[in-house]
Amino acid sequence: MDFSLNEIQTMLVDSVEKFIARDYSFELRQEYAASETGYSTEVWQTFCELGWTAIPFADRDGGLDGGPIETMILMQQFGRGLVVEPYLANIVLAGGILRRVGNDAQKTKWLKPLIDGDLQAALAFVEPQSRYDLNNIETMATADDDGWIINGRKGVVLNGGNAGLLIIPARTAGGTTSEDGISLFAVDGNADGVSQRAYPTIDGHQAAEIRLDNVRVDATALLGDAGRGFEPLASVIDEATLAICAEAVGIMQVLTDKTVEFAKNRVQFGVPIGTFQALQHRMVDMLTASEQSYSLLLWATMANSDHTEEAKRAISAIKYQVGTAGTKVGQEAVQLHGGMGVSWELDIGHYFKRLTAISQMLGNADWHLDKLAD
Amino acid sequence: MHVTYTDEELAFRDEVRAFFGTAVPEDIQEKQRLGIPLAREDYVQFQKALFNQGWAGYNWPVEYGGTGWSSVQKHIFQSEMADANTPYIIPFGLGMVGPIIYTFGNDEQKARFLPDILESNVWWCQGYSEPGAGSDLASLKTRADRDGDHFIVNGTKFWTTLGQYADWIFCLVRTSTDVARRQEGISFLLIDMQTPGVSLKPIITIDGTHEVNEVHFEDVRVPVENLVGEEGKGWTYGKVLLQHERTGTAGVARTQYRLSQLREQTARSVRGATPLNKDHNFMRKIAAVEVELKALEYTELRTLAAVVSGNAPGPESSILKLKGTELQQATDELYVEAAGYYALPYVPEQFTLDYPDDDRVGEGAETDASLRYFNFRKASIYGGSNEIQKNIIAKHVLGL
Repeated sequence: MDFSLNEIQTMLVDSVEKFIARDYSFELRQEYAASETGYSTEVWQTFCELGWTAIPFADRDGGLDGGPIETMILMQQFGRGLVVEPYLANIVLAGGILRRVGNDAQKTKWLKPLIDGDLQAALAFVEPQSRYDLNNIETMATADDDGWIINGRKGVVLNGGNAGLLIIPARTAGGTTSEDGISLFAVDGNADGVSQRAYPTIDGHQAAEIRLDNVRVDATALLGDAGRGFEPLASVIDEATLAICAEAVGIMQVLTDKTVEFAKNRVQFGVPIGTFQALQHRMVDMLTASEQSYSLLLWATMANSDHTEEAKRAISAIKYQVGTAGTKVGQEAVQLHGGMGVSWELDIGHYFKRLTAISQMLGNADWHLDKLAD
Repeated sequence: MHVTYTDEELAFRDEVRAFFGTAVPEDIQEKQRLGIPLAREDYVQFQKALFNQGWAGYNWPVEYGGTGWSSVQKHIFQSEMADANTPYIIPFGLGMVGPIIYTFGNDEQKARFLPDILESNVWWCQGYSEPGAGSDLASLKTRADRDGDHFIVNGTKFWTTLGQYADWIFCLVRTSTDVARRQEGISFLLIDMQTPGVSLKPIITIDGTHEVNEVHFEDVRVPVENLVGEEGKGWTYGKVLLQHERTGTAGVARTQYRLSQLREQTARSVRGATPLNKDHNFMRKIAAVEVELKALEYTELRTLAAVVSGNAPGPESSILKLKGTELQQATDELYVEAAGYYALPYVPEQFTLDYPDDDRVGEGAETDASLRYFNFRKASIYGGSNEIQKNIIAKHVLGL
């Protein structure tokens, strides 16, 4: 039994920590979030140069052969730095599909530029009516000559407004909630019939509502086998769930540390407020929540890494934990910071907002608890 | 013991209900329905309608132009306002400084300030908190030094809600440091915001809105006749005011209204999805908040019944603020949960009456759920944080 990181993993932690400490102040983060794209293209290039965008891909695809543990490390640090660059959308979600079911030609066309930073991508797995059910897909793809015609609507597509490549799960057979009959298509973001309504999200990231009106793609757009898209999609979503949970754990750790630090320094009634026992206990609860979350994260990440049978349950467990304990930690950090906690100026509120967004994504606490109760 | 209304009270309720059925202009009703932020004029227009009806001072004694209503009548009035989803009555004038002036002010001050407060001709804001004086309000540092017929005020007030609309500010200021207890030497001063040396800087909150402010005073000359009550006794007056603020923030009827709206929302099939009320987990959460809210409704009735009109409620009103804000926040959280992915879009600009339908994101006020949730984290912080409420209850109610 060993929870320590290997040499390469330790180097990864160091390199992200250094980057954030040196080049990613909260003030800069706020600038990037407020920009048109919602992130910094320069910072993204740096991620590419540092090799971070190549981590989860195979060596023969230009990747670094990393797995869930490396992604966890990276995302946890991104959480600590409150990073807005669309790593989840590009690398974990879109990249995850390409890695699994892309053929050589598709990888050359889409994956290489994605890793190099020449392409932004998005996986449009949410529909306005689908809530958290991946199998709930109304978007239709109809065979036409040697290609397909796609019609439908996608909602809250992360990085959707920036994406040159949209991966569209669409129904080629079956009823609205059937797992069979879902196919995955690589669609050019600028193709005729694609319209994006992009907007910032509450956490400083970016998303879009996307309409597909008679969008024509040729046969090479089909990723994997027709009608067999659900399995790779679900597996990518599992990875993405772990990734945002890692990010959330990083945030919970930072919020706990910052709250303790604040309580040591904020003087009211002639003493630091951290001397009040009632508040001390609440910070202990924050620490406990954060440590318990990290433990579940490790379990789930290793289970997924080793493809054990309990992986699905472990992923639901950590997402449930993040949705409940994470929410509590976020609320407590704000409350203990008092008025400053709800000010735009301070970072605390922005960490809290990211936790809130993560909590609503990829299945909320109830949704995952239901999976565990079944 | 009974909780049924008398025939007179029922008749009163019908009268109030009929009034609120027509008193709120349609555009304001529409804004309220769609969760669109109200403008200064909207609030003033609503409060003037109340004034014209003779109800602006619903909490005030008859002698000062108020209604002189019983606790039950006030309760009915507030509940009907909530059910009609009217704008809030901005508390700073009618709910706070008005009662302070008619309780502790002199005749001149009453004649000078009360009519404009009742008629909503003058917008007031509150200058209590400071950067270094939050929960520990008595540590406030804004100074008012006597110079002949004037006080010279220097310092900074923080979290001044809607100060950008205000004509006047009521402040707690330090007039003496030579005191045995820090609570002494604090005075209650009324300051015209137009006085040279007063400046205001917005504070943006995490929902991205400008509601609160930082107000600076640099050598601001305030005539001594603007001092309310005795010099150095401001803390006592201010405490009474905070207790008013605590009763006001229970907001039981408002939260009940929001919960009933949420129930209706869960029955609708949004964008073709299974209605949320088929999700038993979620509906149980609504039910649990409803139970606590019912309890609080009765706690509030008990408190109101015990209060003699014109006097400040006792420390037990702390329970109301504490629980009231918890339930308000729990309700906000349920709205976020109901919105699901559509809690994520940040599109405040779509909350205007003429926003093009094609560009709208989400259904109804879905995308407003998070912003409201974020904004109202303040509810357990302002007016004496909930931790301070617990201290007060522990000390004054439990005697610990």
